[in-house]
Amino acid sequence: MSVAATTAHSNNHSEAHAHHHHEQSFIEKYIFSTDHKMIAKQYLITGLIMGFIGIAMSLLMRLQLAWPDTEFWIYEALLGKFGEGGVMDPSIYLALVTIHGTIMVFFVLTAGLSGTFSNLLIPLQIGARDMASGFLNMLSYWLFFLSSCIMISSLFVEAGPASAGWTVYPPLSALPQAIGGSGMGMTLWLVSMTIFIASSLLGSLNYIVTVLNLRTEGMSMTRLPLTVWAFFVTAIIGVVSFPVLLSAGLLLLMDRSFGTSFFLSDIYIQGEVLAHQGGSPVLYEHLFWFLGHPEVYIVLLPALGITSEVIATNARKPIFGYRAMVASILAIAFLSTVVWGHHMFVSGMNPFLGSVFTFTTLLIAIPSAVKAFNYITTLWKGNLQFNPAMLFSIGLVSTFITGGLTGIILGDSTLDINVHDTYFVVAHFHLVMGISALYGLFAGVYHWFPKMFGRMMNKNLGYVHFWVTAVGAYGVFFPMHFIGMAGLPRRYYTNTAFPYFDDLSDTNVLISVFAFVTAAAQIVFIYNFISSIFYGKKATQNPWNATTLEWTAPVEHIHGNWYGELPKVYRWSYDYSKLNADESDYIIAGQDYVPQNVPLQEGEEELNH
Amino acid sequence: MTAFLIIIVLALLAITFWQISKVYKLSKPSGDDGVIANDKDNQKQAKLMLLFMVFFYGLIIYSFWYLSRFYLPEASSDHGSSYDQLMFISIGVIMVVQVVTQALLFYFAYKYKGKKGKRALFFADNNTLEFVWTIIPVIVLAGLIIYGLVAWTNIMNPSEDEETLVVEIYAYQFDWRARYAGEDKVLGKANVRFIEGVNQLGVDETDEYGKDDIIVNELHLPVGKQVKFKFRSQDVLHSAYFPFFRSQMNVVPGMITEFSFTPTTTSKEIKNSEYMREKVKRINEIRDERSIELEQKGKMGLDEYEFEYYLLCNKICGVTHYNMQMKIVVEEEEDFNKWMEEQQTFGELLAKQ
Repeated sequence: MSVAATTAHSNNHSEAHAHHHHEQSFIEKYIFSTDHKMIAKQYLITGLIMGFIGIAMSLLMRLQLAWPDTEFWIYEALLGKFGEGGVMDPSIYLALVTIHGTIMVFFVLTAGLSGTFSNLLIPLQIGARDMASGFLNMLSYWLFFLSSCIMISSLFVEAGPASAGWTVYPPLSALPQAIGGSGMGMTLWLVSMTIFIASSLLGSLNYIVTVLNLRTEGMSMTRLPLTVWAFFVTAIIGVVSFPVLLSAGLLLLMDRSFGTSFFLSDIYIQGEVLAHQGGSPVLYEHLFWFLGHPEVYIVLLPALGITSEVIATNARKPIFGYRAMVASILAIAFLSTVVWGHHMFVSGMNPFLGSVFTFTTLLIAIPSAVKAFNYITTLWKGNLQFNPAMLFSIGLVSTFITGGLTGIILGDSTLDINVHDTYFVVAHFHLVMGISALYGLFAGVYHWFPKMFGRMMNKNLGYVHFWVTAVGAYGVFFPMHFIGMAGLPRRYYTNTAFPYFDDLSDTNVLISVFAFVTAAAQIVFIYNFISSIFYGKKATQNPWNATTLEWTAPVEHIHGNWYGELPKVYRWSYDYSKLNADESDYIIAGQDYVPQNVPLQEGEEELNH
Repeated sequence: MTAFLIIIVLALLAITFWQISKVYKLSKPSGDDGVIANDKDNQKQAKLMLLFMVFFYGLIIYSFWYLSRFYLPEASSDHGSSYDQLMFISIGVIMVVQVVTQALLFYFAYKYKGKKGKRALFFADNNTLEFVWTIIPVIVLAGLIIYGLVAWTNIMNPSEDEETLVVEIYAYQFDWRARYAGEDKVLGKANVRFIEGVNQLGVDETDEYGKDDIIVNELHLPVGKQVKFKFRSQDVLHSAYFPFFRSQMNVVPGMITEFSFTPTTTSKEIKNSEYMREKVKRINEIRDERSIELEQKGKMGLDEYEFEYYLLCNKICGVTHYNMQMKIVVEEEEDFNKWMEEQQTFGELLAKQ
């Protein structure tokens, strides 16, 4: 009822616009734009730039880890006084660890992935003129931009940027005496993250309201593409969990600046007893991971949503088990908020809590397994079109399985004891959330590039990009499990202090080489991306023969997305290769897909999914 | 090994450059439109899928065959053997799933490659299938959860008796100390506020229980005797990681955390184990090679390595986090007692001042 009313309203709105053509100035169109398609592009490009910085940092770390005793001029060139004489300073190594993690998790995979595709696809796929609030949406991007700038500026602080790990556990992060980066660098980190959270909340609230209220006529929740389901649920998790990180950050800020003792107690440092008394770092860990774990799914669910869409489209088959997919998204979302303690099995938390969290954590493997099986079944008896987006989606399923399975080891409190904070963990989360989410991002970019820029990306460069990345990513992270099983701790500047690890050095070299090769492949992507924006082949309206509504919108970007009335929806979004009643041909003769805005044909039954 | 690595590195680099050099050629579409996959692409990519599967399984096999030698040796603690067993079973289970699902994924990708005119099967739902692959993980996971939780409860709630040795592990940037309770078997009270002069650990000097405490920078443990560790930090979070004993606990300023285990293998025994002799030999070969290189550059060579158990910090704690370690010696009880008698008590330390 209310859906219909709002739709009618927005229809009138757009017609009013059509009458007086509105000229936009450069600033309105490209900078302070309130159009969701432009904001999506802004998110994407900012995210890619941050990604470039984050990956460059990981290469510096890999260089240091592979050849710890070798001098490289590049350290001095990039790190300045922290790389004097070509020797990397141990403190800047920890700063790289910290900022690489922060940038990749929040700025690339949260904002760059979810921000880009939620913005682009929610209105287009549900048949809305724009987001519920264009202004809030614009604000959300600019807050993100501001927080990115602050995060980057923290790299240039005298004593170095934040260096307490991306989790910034106090007391290390609270006391400048403990590490240089916990001075001004840490303050900037906290300010940047505060603004980032505000940005994320504005964005998420907007996504939720838009999905609930602005669906076009006929677009019931059960007809939503899985992408929209994923973005919608992601936004809900964000709204539930990001404020808790904000509270943790604010309490930390108070401990740092106003002498409170939320997280500090009984500390003697640099020859001095601090006045702080009664706080607990474990409290901070609880608050942090209450966001920190759902964050994994904030990063991953949009990637899985994108994969669902891309796999179905390119397999020319409906996604298998639509309802199971939705149910597993909901189950993952719910469980994600009750598993945070598995990061804290050996934190000093009551062991009984450890048992509870083991139980909830291993439960989350069930909906994840269902998703993986459904993807594989979607491929079965398909007519697979290997566009680059499809390759990345298959790659995602592969890394999601490989990385997810080791979660069964780490989620088991007993087994966690000896692999906790080793390279086994590094391998696990990079595969399951890092690489998988990046594959989702790439799949999304290749697939919706025509929608964003009106041009197509080059497929051959896409193939090179995919295969080198796929080989390289496994080459980096698969062997890492094994050096983790050797008991090698993460976040070590060098392993040479322990001769016991000497025989791992060859493997570290191998991993680093794979890392450099993988990074080199990303240059191919950047080249393809930029050159296609300007010189790519002009896109047709529906290049992938997809069913969803965004492909019924004109290629050129117009304010309000569709000329005239909004499309009406008559079916779910996965009518690929559906046959007519006597199975002689497809529903629409000669065309193996039925767009959502095509009414049911004579004799066609709508399946009750 | 090094030669093998160099070959891999060179080959990979060559492939990368070769591919990148083709970028320009590839970016010029030849014949087709260069943007949407056609039958030829589908054919080629499907083959690459199979090839990739071969690479991936090769990598898995290589890792298990070659890299698994880096696994830690058999656990040197009582609970460690149940840990190792659970780990072995879990890895077995996940590898079965891994091998099967990845094979299906890449095989289907190959088998059902697209072709013009081919009809995909409209297959949207099947409740039986969904049920089957929900219930199988449920059963397998239930088994793992129960097994894991039983082990966890045993490890975290050990039964203690009067024989249990109580040791405090004290962490600070960037070193460890160990404090034994002494003859009275009770640790003296301590707080960072008592830190002064030689009293580095902040033991309460007025507490009688503290007088006979023994503070050392090398951890000695009697074999076969349960040890209860109490962890205390002076400044930031640390994590006391005893990899060979399958034990780890964070060290948290402001609270005391605990972990107990019973060492079962003496330092002498593990040094003489086949695993460790081989490992040490391998490491020393590497170190010799490196020493030659270093000496050519006029630097000091590396020392010969001999294995000792160690405790290391496994929670980011500051600049020298990477080198925060303490030697552990596990010995027969009589040797342990002898060693203990040689150490000075806290009371003696204060008196000397």
